[in-house]
Amino acid sequence: MNPPRSTFLHSLRRHPSRGLLLLAALLVVIFFLSLFIGRYPGMVFLTPSRLAGDELAQRLVFNLRLPRLITALLLGMSLAAAGTVLQMIFGNPLVEPGFLGVSQGAAFGAAFSIIFFSSAAWLVQGMAALFAFLGLAFSYFLARKVRFGGWVLRLILSGIAVSALFSAGVGVLKFIADPLRQLPEITFWLLGGLWSVTWNSVRAILPVVLAGLLVMERMRWRLNLLSLEDDVAFSLGVSPGRERLLVLTAAVAATASVISVSGMVGWLGLIVPHLARRLFGADSRYALPGSMLIGGLFAVVSDNLARTLLAGEIPLGILTSLFGALLFILLMVSQSIKVQQ
Amino acid sequence: MSTALLSFADIQFGYQQGNHLVLDGLWLEVNAGSVTAILGPNGSGKTTLLRLALGWLKPSAGKVLLAGKPIERYSRHELGRWMGLVPQTEHIPYAYSLLEYVLLGRAPYLKPLQMPGEEDVRVARQALERVGLQALAKRSVLTLSGGEKQLVLVARALAQQPRLLLLDEPTAHLDLGNKYHLLRLLNTLASQGVTVLLTTHEPEVAAAIASEVVLMRHGRVQHAGAIGETLTGERLSETYGIPVHVRQIDGRRFITWDVNGDGG
Repeated sequence: MNPPRSTFLHSLRRHPSRGLLLLAALLVVIFFLSLFIGRYPGMVFLTPSRLAGDELAQRLVFNLRLPRLITALLLGMSLAAAGTVLQMIFGNPLVEPGFLGVSQGAAFGAAFSIIFFSSAAWLVQGMAALFAFLGLAFSYFLARKVRFGGWVLRLILSGIAVSALFSAGVGVLKFIADPLRQLPEITFWLLGGLWSVTWNSVRAILPVVLAGLLVMERMRWRLNLLSLEDDVAFSLGVSPGRERLLVLTAAVAATASVISVSGMVGWLGLIVPHLARRLFGADSRYALPGSMLIGGLFAVVSDNLARTLLAGEIPLGILTSLFGALLFILLMVSQSIKVQQ
Repeated sequence: MSTALLSFADIQFGYQQGNHLVLDGLWLEVNAGSVTAILGPNGSGKTTLLRLALGWLKPSAGKVLLAGKPIERYSRHELGRWMGLVPQTEHIPYAYSLLEYVLLGRAPYLKPLQMPGEEDVRVARQALERVGLQALAKRSVLTLSGGEKQLVLVARALAQQPRLLLLDEPTAHLDLGNKYHLLRLLNTLASQGVTVLLTTHEPEVAAAIASEVVLMRHGRVQHAGAIGETLTGERLSETYGIPVHVRQIDGRRFITWDVNGDGG
């Protein structure tokens, strides 16, 4: 029935915890290898012996590459986990953190800060996080006022409307921005990247991101329950509204924190959850940790390419969109995305 | 005190404020250990009644009592252990395996962040076995036929180990064979002390398993009681507004109606 290449997939599905361990080990190895990958001193690979003797190399690895890699890891894990969470609680495989006004809100906040206050990193990040939450809150309260449709439909419609408003706002800000000084900064932020990451930015986002990831991880079995229709979930002893809000807040908090540092990094949150479900099955007990690990791997590898491929930096968002969209096409053609009516 | 497990007292309910009432002045008692079938035309409020029983909908006036206690005084977990729901249809968004899906029925027995353990898996497997689907435990629910899917929903409700089982038109998508198996299963459950409350559009289903029948029309109970008094030609004709005959042969009830008849 299935082509022979799927035997590996089948064994993964039968023993998902083994697959998760394998993936985690792969992630650890790639993470440490990535510390040695870059454009200093020569092309691509820094040897350990060189690292031991070269003070500049040490500073580069521990003060630039390490915080950057940690951020890439957190970024990938958060976006992928948030994508899984949103796809579960909305019972819809085509949702991602860009919904609910979160991403566009963050973009507006960042652009607003660059134009009206300053482009100091902490302020841009703070404003981005603030407006990401405002985007969510606005979507949420608007959804409560919408007078037709189920709760999920109302939230999604409100999210689309709020995203469009913020996106129009970003358009206005770009139009009035100083084309030599401010516009390039806004554009670069919108493209997404991790070149400005320092230990300070890691320290700033780490508590919130870890808390968000932990809540999502602990709730992972209940995500299955939250994917059911409200009355059915209720009949199983669940408080669908309250539990959805809790896990949604965790997802948005983690997402807002990481994108406040990275800028817009698209497609990862949509595509990685699909890959994880394909490898580990639909049960979020395994699909969610799988999604986190694949997301981390995806972001670390993409960021390695972003900083090594060309002499200048390629914006990370461009690479993730490129790989994400290609994967999406592949998955669609290979029929693993089943959108049910 | 009566032996009513579930009682509805003067219930009023409308889906939107100010609009017409779906249920208006409804009284009903469901006896412990009974198999109660609710019959009535489309829109008479059968499904709404089940959702009130579940505690999911709250009446705008009147009281729902479960074992003598107002239903809103039970916690969600308690309600989830008391009763299981088998909805008419269910949108299943992802390709869960049958076992994973039935395992969700264990939620009321787990603490907020607890994951199901071996005992829960055992109960879920047992529930799958009772509906005869144990061989498909690893299959995806999305690959099932309509009838098998309905049985999975029953299995999930059984994994809740409920004392009261609510079923919304459980036989609507079933072929004759599956209908037979499901109704037999409900009979067995009733004999083991589970109270069964189901809605149906088929008087034959009521005739096959119900001990008590409720006839609803326009958001009220027209007649309720033992099957001998309620499942009669006269009362069914009144409820549906068409000529219906009930014949008893060897103690079994046969419902007949004739679209080519003379209307009487």
